[in-house]
Amino acid sequence: MSKSRNLALGATILSALASPVAAEPLGLGRPALPEEVTAWDVSVLPDGTGLPEGSGDVLTGEEVFAEKCSSCHGEFAEGLDSWPVLAGGEGTLTDRRPVKTVGSYWPYLSTVFDYIHRSMPFGAAQTVSVDETYAITAFLLYSNGLVEDDFVLSKANFLEVELPNADGFYADDRPEAEYALFRAEPCMADCAAEVKVTKRAAELNVTPEDPDGRPAGTLPDLRMAAAEAAALAAEAA
Amino acid sequence: MTDEPRSGTSRRGFLRTSALAGAGLAAGATAARAEAADPLITEVQDWASAFGDPVDATPYGMPIRFESHVVRRNVSWLTESPVSSINFTPIHALEGTITPQGCAFERHHSGAIEMSKQDYRLMINGLVDRPLVFTFEDLLRFPRASTTAFLECAANGGMEWAGAQLEGCQFTQGMIHNMEYVGVPLRVLLEEAGVQPEGKWIYAEGADASSNGRSMPLEKAMDDVIVAFFANGEALRKEHGYPVRLVVPGWEGNMWIKWLRRIGVYDQAVESREETSKYTDLMPDGRARKWTWVMDAKSVITAPSPQVPIRHGKGPLVITGLAWSGNGAISRVDVSTDGGKNWQTARLTGDSKPKALVRFHLDIDWDGEEMMLQSRAIDETGYVQPTKDALREIRGLNNVYHNNGIQTWWVKADGEVENVEVA
Repeated sequence: MSKSRNLALGATILSALASPVAAEPLGLGRPALPEEVTAWDVSVLPDGTGLPEGSGDVLTGEEVFAEKCSSCHGEFAEGLDSWPVLAGGEGTLTDRRPVKTVGSYWPYLSTVFDYIHRSMPFGAAQTVSVDETYAITAFLLYSNGLVEDDFVLSKANFLEVELPNADGFYADDRPEAEYALFRAEPCMADCAAEVKVTKRAAELNVTPEDPDGRPAGTLPDLRMAAAEAAALAAEAA
Repeated sequence: MTDEPRSGTSRRGFLRTSALAGAGLAAGATAARAEAADPLITEVQDWASAFGDPVDATPYGMPIRFESHVVRRNVSWLTESPVSSINFTPIHALEGTITPQGCAFERHHSGAIEMSKQDYRLMINGLVDRPLVFTFEDLLRFPRASTTAFLECAANGGMEWAGAQLEGCQFTQGMIHNMEYVGVPLRVLLEEAGVQPEGKWIYAEGADASSNGRSMPLEKAMDDVIVAFFANGEALRKEHGYPVRLVVPGWEGNMWIKWLRRIGVYDQAVESREETSKYTDLMPDGRARKWTWVMDAKSVITAPSPQVPIRHGKGPLVITGLAWSGNGAISRVDVSTDGGKNWQTARLTGDSKPKALVRFHLDIDWDGEEMMLQSRAIDETGYVQPTKDALREIRGLNNVYHNNGIQTWWVKADGEVENVEVA
């Protein structure tokens, strides 16, 4: 079933529920006040719904980034150690090891603003102001080579920015691309020709281990004396 | 004690000797034919004579110490920070289908927060007739519903896309738990607010710093989603979203928003970070699938497995495992002992509920030869769990999420078990 048919079906169900069949409200809860909605609903949608008034430029963004972000994400948003890389990686999405960043992978600028404003810096979220968020977003566009260094991002021009991978996504197509294929009656006898081991996790040896070298959490040997098993478990703990 | 050889043989020998000296003939008690009478039977043991613990010793109990291996484990190199990370359910050691909450896996994006019922608030806003705020006390007054469902992380088995990497089903399939939930249908709360005709999507977010906001079509929200307060009989654990989480049967774990604080109703998807940057699945042409919500049919043999070697020698052997599907109930599980050349149908032990874990068993007579164990789940839509190669042929190696490929265990003649891939 296609996605649009799914949604159409949903609309049918909804209208049935919204008709007199639907239960009367129980009168629980109380009206949400406007300032409460403003405090908690800070979502920004791809069409700009939810964008607050404000603006910020690349150079201000660079300063804020240096102060609040660069200790993890690097001075140029290139990522330090194994912290997320926010810039670069253009054209790598078909590489063996793609580099998925705001510039190379993310579809919408709204997500950048929204996520930074609500959930960054890591460990001290919701401490960047609206203008600072515009400025950081402008700096990330610059770091990704998408705007000049004098660029000013604001609510007014926000939707003029299109990220390179805006068209890089499509809705789940497993029902068409996979389900028909995988619904065939499976083979039960004399199926595969040769069965050969091609990969062994043991060769990588990157699993946490118990003191005896087995994978961590291996069941105790019940033919071992309980005292010995308990000693091993204590050592592992 | 750490300078012992890895095989542990000499240490085991040493300890066994001391144990024997201290406690009499303990080892060998499980041999098929006893050479001598077993002192565990012929001698009166302490527990058969003295008192055990009184009933006031343990108001809320933990497992006996001999089960200390049945705990969550994490793999530190998988993520850059332990507060935006994952740990694993010890599915190798469990039976049946209900996951004990205390060892049910965790996945947080900014840690497990402590939220009291007093401080808890839930807001419903957006395209509704009546934007509302609920207290926890309010939520306890709505009509309730119950469901048993698996929660599988979208990334479960993700490290295995490119090959066999981790040793043990706890690590390769253990980002999963299965609980009996009680709460209020999300539909009932949405009706209380009155969804307007333009409202096509809901967006749910948590009270934690990461927020974990996700969009969901209204159809699903009005169908079987539950705003849950109870799991396996008691309040949710802190790390599982206390006091309120979303239960989204059959759909990827990321959408089961914990510490739920807001449901916004919109005319379009928010396309948040957790449904653009993350939880989108890169395909070979460089484009990516988004909104891959359902978790497809999947199974794994939990024993024998790398953490559960066969130590009892040849003869009767229980093969046990789990199967599940986000597209409905599991109708059948097949098991192969020869790497997929031949299959026999296992039995489902207990009920096969839709979008929940089901247990399967196959009892065999092991001749002591090497085996390549595999399990293959089939759900009520007729979908047959694919091999990893069949998935890679369509998706390549960089999907990251949604790896439901068939797992192979190489059982060796000495009873040790390895995670392998076969071709």
